[in-house]
Amino acid sequence: MPLPALPKRYHPASIWALYAVGLLPAVWTFYLGATGQLIGNPVKIFEHLLGEWALRFMILTLLISPIRDVLGINWVRYRRALGLLAFWYVAMHFLAYMVLDKRLAIDVIVEDVFKRWFITIGMAGFVLLIPLALTSNRWSIRRLGPGWNKLHRLIYPIAAAGALHYCLSVKVIGPEQLIYAGLITILIAWRLVRRHYMDWKRGKRQSSSELASAIPRAD
Amino acid sequence: PEPLAAAPGGYDPGEELTPEADATSYNNFYEFGTGKGDPKARSGDFNPRPWSIKVDGMVGKPAEFDLDALMALGLEERTYRMRCVEAWSMVIPWIGFPLAALLDKVEPQGSAKYVAFETIVRAQEMPGQRGAFQPLDWPYVEGLRLDEARHPLTIMAMGLYGKTLPNQNGAPVRLVVPWKYGFKGIKSIVRMTLTEEQPASTWNRLAPNEYGFYANVNPAVDHPRWSQAKENRIGGGGFFGSNERPTLPFNGYGDEVASLYDGMDLTVNF
Repeated sequence: MPLPALPKRYHPASIWALYAVGLLPAVWTFYLGATGQLIGNPVKIFEHLLGEWALRFMILTLLISPIRDVLGINWVRYRRALGLLAFWYVAMHFLAYMVLDKRLAIDVIVEDVFKRWFITIGMAGFVLLIPLALTSNRWSIRRLGPGWNKLHRLIYPIAAAGALHYCLSVKVIGPEQLIYAGLITILIAWRLVRRHYMDWKRGKRQSSSELASAIPRAD
Repeated sequence: PEPLAAAPGGYDPGEELTPEADATSYNNFYEFGTGKGDPKARSGDFNPRPWSIKVDGMVGKPAEFDLDALMALGLEERTYRMRCVEAWSMVIPWIGFPLAALLDKVEPQGSAKYVAFETIVRAQEMPGQRGAFQPLDWPYVEGLRLDEARHPLTIMAMGLYGKTLPNQNGAPVRLVVPWKYGFKGIKSIVRMTLTEEQPASTWNRLAPNEYGFYANVNPAVDHPRWSQAKENRIGGGGFFGSNERPTLPFNGYGDEVASLYDGMDLTVNF
């Protein structure tokens, strides 16, 4: 699919722009909440917004490789930024919970993490995400070699934990939860069928080129 | 909402009122959507006039009350604490009449033990009741024991902050039981039935381990997914203005209502 390609010299700038735009919802909502402009329950509104953006960036991160496989568009250069944005949003979500919501009442937080399933699951996802964030740089990729890929496959259980945490946190599962959980399920399931799809696609291309060479040209 | 006059009812906890903007924009009313802002944003099509409540079941005089008949039951202004099961709270100046006044009119039979309540079902005006995905079974139903329903603190509210109820707060008439979690305060009521058996209640039916029939505010009994020991008092000031406070047994109305539950284990009957 021919898309107008971004000239290579703009690639680094576009990645920085992604970070800047990606952090905007957090910065803007923090500003609104800190200045008393979030009506109702500002802490919860901010906390939930951070969690939802974490899921959105998680989904975008998981979308990069199917987009390349299916549509042939290579946005792999944005994947690290998307993954790190997901991490930063999860970290901010946890910080908002810890500082703004629970006011650093460590006993309450510990009780939550060990007693309440949805928080345990969310916390596990956050903890697993830390090594991925720490190794999201060229030096770690070189250093870890094939281990890096293996380590970063943790993103699948982490994304599943995020979706589950979200679904279990609400009083009744609604369309929003179904959409996020559904997308994450599809994106994880894609990895299971990807190989078959790629074989099929390669086979199709091969057979059509064989066909093309078998037809005598009419010149 | 229009101005609604009422005599002072003599109930005021002496705490700062929740700003009206918060009390009318941060709501749970799933008939309009599951988000806290949905009831305000999506209730514009709802028309609560004309209206009537049908009262039937084990009563001597079944009756239907229109809004004028309800208002004639004696409106008074009462400021109550409101504690949501989600661990936030407000202080709201309601305008309403004692539910006992309505019950007296229909003359409950001696064997009646409970009052069942029902919210309107009107999908064309309530977007939460339409579409492929329905979070709850409609109608929303709730119930009280008859002595709880007759308790002087229990009111049917028709207004707040000196005005008629906005749609998002349960127009035109809703239940307010200040010592119970907010979800007991069923909104936009169209029917009440007196029964001998304990009636169903929506949240209890959905998740009986999380929401009991009684749903009395109780800091000692946690919701399985969060603590009920403290609450966040909604109101202005942003992140640093919202204030956390301990939750009181029966939401601070223990002196008036604790005797209703003498001899009951409230950790079982939560």
